[in-house]
Amino acid sequence: MRVAVVIFPGSNCDRDMMVAIERITGRRPQMVWHKETGLDAADLVIVPGGFSFGDYLRCGALAARSPIMEAVLDHASRGGAILGVCNGFQILLETGLLPGTLVKNKGLKFICRSTNLQVQETISSPFTSGLEAGSQLAIPVAHNEGNYFADEDTLASLRDNGQIALTYVNGPAFGPSNPNGSAHDIAGILSPNGRIMGMMPHPERAADPDIGNSDGLIFLKNAVEMVAA
Amino acid sequence: MTFDDAASMGLSHDEWELILTRLERVPNQCELGIFSSMWSEHCSYKSSKKWLKTLPTEAEHVIQGPGENAGVIDIGDGKAIIFKIESHNHPSFIEPYQGAATGVGGILRDVFTMGARPIALLNALRFGEATNEKTAHLINGVVAGIGGYGNCIGIPTVGGETNFHKSYNGNILVNAMAVGLADNDKIFYSAATGAGNPVIYVGAKTGRDGIHGATMASAEFSEETESKRPTVQVGDPFTGKLLMEACLELMAANAVLSIQDMGAAGLTSSSVEMASKGGLGMEMDLDLVPVREDGMSAYEIMLSESQERMLMVIDPAQTETARAIFEKWDLDFMPIGAVTETGRLVLKKDGVIACDIPIDPLVDDAPEYDRPHDAIKPLPVLSARDVSSDKSVTSLLVELMGGADLASRRWIYEQYDSDVMADTFAASGGDAAMVRVHGSQKGVALSTDCTPRYVYADAFEGGKQAVAESYRNVCATGATALAVTNNLNFGNPERPEIMAQIVGSVKGMGEACTALGTPVVSGNVSLYNETDGEAIYPCPVIGMVGTIDDVKTAIGAGLTGTGKSLYVVGQADDNDGWLGASLVAASLGYGDDYAPPPVDLAAEKAHGEFIIQAVAGKHILAAHDISDGGLLVAVAEMALKGRQGADLSIQPSLAACFGEGQARYVVVADDDTALEAAAGAACVPVMKIGTVTEAGSDGFGELKLSGADTISLSELFALNEAFVPRIATA
Repeated sequence: MRVAVVIFPGSNCDRDMMVAIERITGRRPQMVWHKETGLDAADLVIVPGGFSFGDYLRCGALAARSPIMEAVLDHASRGGAILGVCNGFQILLETGLLPGTLVKNKGLKFICRSTNLQVQETISSPFTSGLEAGSQLAIPVAHNEGNYFADEDTLASLRDNGQIALTYVNGPAFGPSNPNGSAHDIAGILSPNGRIMGMMPHPERAADPDIGNSDGLIFLKNAVEMVAA
Repeated sequence: MTFDDAASMGLSHDEWELILTRLERVPNQCELGIFSSMWSEHCSYKSSKKWLKTLPTEAEHVIQGPGENAGVIDIGDGKAIIFKIESHNHPSFIEPYQGAATGVGGILRDVFTMGARPIALLNALRFGEATNEKTAHLINGVVAGIGGYGNCIGIPTVGGETNFHKSYNGNILVNAMAVGLADNDKIFYSAATGAGNPVIYVGAKTGRDGIHGATMASAEFSEETESKRPTVQVGDPFTGKLLMEACLELMAANAVLSIQDMGAAGLTSSSVEMASKGGLGMEMDLDLVPVREDGMSAYEIMLSESQERMLMVIDPAQTETARAIFEKWDLDFMPIGAVTETGRLVLKKDGVIACDIPIDPLVDDAPEYDRPHDAIKPLPVLSARDVSSDKSVTSLLVELMGGADLASRRWIYEQYDSDVMADTFAASGGDAAMVRVHGSQKGVALSTDCTPRYVYADAFEGGKQAVAESYRNVCATGATALAVTNNLNFGNPERPEIMAQIVGSVKGMGEACTALGTPVVSGNVSLYNETDGEAIYPCPVIGMVGTIDDVKTAIGAGLTGTGKSLYVVGQADDNDGWLGASLVAASLGYGDDYAPPPVDLAAEKAHGEFIIQAVAGKHILAAHDISDGGLLVAVAEMALKGRQGADLSIQPSLAACFGEGQARYVVVADDDTALEAAAGAACVPVMKIGTVTEAGSDGFGELKLSGADTISLSELFALNEAFVPRIATA
């Protein structure tokens, strides 16, 4: 099982993801600089959070056009598994690997807090197949542009095809369950073949039992095991 | 150049005469600009230096005290914590987003310049009152700016404090603190070494922004403040991130000899300080400086405060290694000069000498003033017997918890990424914040504190109290306090009543830091915080750092353990309380002209050490220091945080509920007998005040006080959360 984590100059969750993956697999994932062009036969490619190129333009727009993304697109075309978290999700949308877009949060402010996520009934996907539909995970968000938006047809097809993987639901955290105004309370979606997932919450920040929350570890461990299976 | 030119740059007549004497000629514009910046209050500390020298700065664990980019302490296991706090008050009032963002960027550079990877950010903010028309605009801009920089560069903002007071209506305070982690044998300093070694400019290009920012920060505000907008710098956190990664990579490669951030007074202060500390000279060709726009003069290049720039001296054999690292990160890397033995700063522009001045006078002859200061006048003590209210203690609690001083700061701190780096154990909303030393079990506890109304009433006791409260916040987690950084925010030091505040609070801080074993290792002074002659309430902020060996043993402030007992540590009975300068007294119209609570430093130390022992011995499950608002407020805050109720047996008197006597904590005992025995052995007074009760179906509990009404905590929570969003969206 090989995991690769892509690093852009403004990525800032790359180390956190590396630590979480190493905790699961016992091996440091391959850390791939954005100027590189190959992925070394990775089974799971992770695009972590951060501000890839500063995101002064449109989040993820520049990153989507960087050299390494050619290799990520090749990986996708071979049916490879890809997970984009936060800015990584934004980048996957910019490359067209996932449908829709992420716009500014409804409150027009950056928001960092815990959210409660519900696992949805989905198409067959390594990111959800080991998790029970209807079960909940408490995983924090931290973003300015996490408000998922798509036209009605796209939203309907996501729902009908079982591509909505995670939604925000009520729980103990203060404030509205949906922190950013996402359509259909969407927190994470899948590609039509289930092999690519984008999500705004940060599982790598809830991946350490010592910190008191390992729901993110449950999510990532499942993904790693199911991709390997 | 004439004296009029010097005066327009903020120099006095005596200072002008001194420059003429030292140069033995009249300076040109560039030279005069360099003198005026280096001798500005901001760079030279000329009004405060005499008093800053009295602060304790040494201890066995201090690796580097004041005088470098930041202070350094040894935390064991071969690791060092490097930290400093710095103000960006004037720029943040003029342009809140950029002012606050560049404040964060600047303090981060101070820390990574010394070889540390930043691991946490904190802040201390003061805004005007809620009804002031500018408050909403300023709080929105400042909070977004702090978040905008910290969130992007990927350093968690884990703590801070915010107050609202009318004295800040025309002059807000924005202080940012950065904390970094380094190997204690790999710390980088700014002293230039080796005549002939190349001087390298790295980072962003130089533009015309921020010219003479240091001088602006050393003058009062007036109606014309708006015209100073061009003196505010513009931040670029993405470039800041590149610069941070490139510098840390360069340091890991051992390719750098000395390094200095270009902060206030830009290329001027960085080159002069590096040369001065090394006892050497520096020669630079300003035509080689990467610039953003054409036609910049030597004066403009030397005084620009463009952000995200560094000056380094490197080993000539390492030039290509260094260049490759900066190319990887797509940053400018430009040799612009060399270290010399002349002791002079020589600058060339367009092939001619634009500046040739001795370096010593810029630093050594910077004026030091012993400004006159009034004596502190003793204030009357407000006796609890003289304070009465028609309102019940419960209605007063609701009023206080829903008001400006105690309302939840969630609207602020949820705009900061507090979790990035995945080592945050506790962030804003409790006592000290706690982050883990990456890859270990050690925790670093952090807190920023000051109570300006106490300092206003009595600068000496107020200065002590700022240290004591920060100390308590660190102790309350179970961590041991090690050292502080301070940010002294005051009005115009040329006024004796303001100078008295400076002298008094520095003395108080010094006494407290000595007694509590927490030396001052870095700091910043911000004076002239006045608008149209109105000074701010004095605000000497303390940023405290402590450590705990196993972060998992640290405790929080939230109530936990239904049926467990609540105690006050540091108090034997509830027959009296200190109401002078308290929040409840202010709300009842008593103002701030009464003596604030005295700080008994021996008691602070004894009680703090007892709490640390009690945490280590697992005698207590939660702890919260008693500060603003007193005991009843402390319990209410613990209940809201822990989502449990409490049944209290304290007297429902103003003094018992809201007195602000110091050196006290509320704790949840795991076992009453064990806690009382430990307290008895340590000779620390404790007082049982009630029990923890369970939450109701609404997810909150109730606060029951014998002889008074019961308070619904869900209603109190709603009120406590409402205030800041309401004023921010006004």
